[in-house]
Amino acid sequence: MNDTKTKAATWHEIVLTTLKNNKVKLVTYVPDRVFTPLIKALHADSFFTTFPCTREEEAVGIVTGAWMGGLRGAVLMQTSGFGTIPNALASLVVPCQIPALIFVSERGTLGEFNLGQAMVCKTMRPVLSSIGVENHTITRIDELAFIVDRSIKQAVATQAPVAFILSPLLTGGKVFEA
Amino acid sequence: MTTQRTGAVSAHNAKVMNRFELTKRVVGQLKREEAVIGGIGNANFDLWASGQRPQNFYMLGSMGLAVPIAFGVAIAQPQRHVIALEGDGSLLMQLGCLATVAMQAPKNLAIVVWDNGVYQITGGQPTASSSTADIVGIAHACGIANSAWAADEEDFERLVAQALKGGPSLIAARIDDKPGVATTDRDPVRIRATFMQGLGVKRTL
Repeated sequence: MNDTKTKAATWHEIVLTTLKNNKVKLVTYVPDRVFTPLIKALHADSFFTTFPCTREEEAVGIVTGAWMGGLRGAVLMQTSGFGTIPNALASLVVPCQIPALIFVSERGTLGEFNLGQAMVCKTMRPVLSSIGVENHTITRIDELAFIVDRSIKQAVATQAPVAFILSPLLTGGKVFEA
Repeated sequence: MTTQRTGAVSAHNAKVMNRFELTKRVVGQLKREEAVIGGIGNANFDLWASGQRPQNFYMLGSMGLAVPIAFGVAIAQPQRHVIALEGDGSLLMQLGCLATVAMQAPKNLAIVVWDNGVYQITGGQPTASSSTADIVGIAHACGIANSAWAADEEDFERLVAQALKGGPSLIAARIDDKPGVATTDRDPVRIRATFMQGLGVKRTL
């Protein structure tokens, strides 16, 4: 038996494969420690066009333009970075009906050490709910592919953005010693 | 280097021109269904007034994102040239995008900056480019080598023609404080759908 085939896929392998299966070729991001293995794998895979942006709303603007040009795109950011994009969501993505796929590495909960992350984390779901952006907090690896795959298909079919909040329960989060 | 040829033109000796007149000159050069992104406010009002091409996208919000949106279109459609029309105040809000554009170096992206030195639509408060910040200097320092001030209307036309041959490039034009000559219809879904049809992405509206 081939060991690599029986080895369980990691969360970042599942995200990458699901993006690929749904023809999401463009991934813009502002870096995050927890997302590092995903970002490295995206850069290593020629299927994807991926690069860092200086700011999260810039990354959102780029995938918006790409969608209008016929290319599907996703944005990666950490929780604090989410705090920079409500205007881009509320005045561009939502009113223009853009199926932007937003992946947030969840900080600010389950062992956070940075108060700033913790406070932005409290604003994230209320902001998404108040502007009607579908969002899923993903905690279990056995649900990850289903949620991401179905939600990308729904986003495209209904022309609506979706946010995936990847919990430390899924990714392991950023660990520190108290 | 392009920058040396136009090096004599600076923000201080460039002619003060009119945004609507220059917008018409940009659109007049478009022969291959190039995409144009009009930044929030007067940049897209004058684009609207110049004639509603289906390849125009008019921003009704998200100040500062004209260049990122144009860059996204340029990535999706590498065979099509894309032009962002952005005001100085809007660009100053999102300067980092120039660094990203330079780093990725899209050959089909041109950026036109209308610099009137004021946040015109909010009451004419001064922008940093009215005194201390130099848009072309910033673009150069970000790594966009093809960045220049337009000396006058003819020079502007020449720079646009050059930008449509290859990019990325940035053209800055000093403009007067005349307001936009029309107001864009505030219908974001229709604007987006028309644009996608104009780009050949959507077959029907």
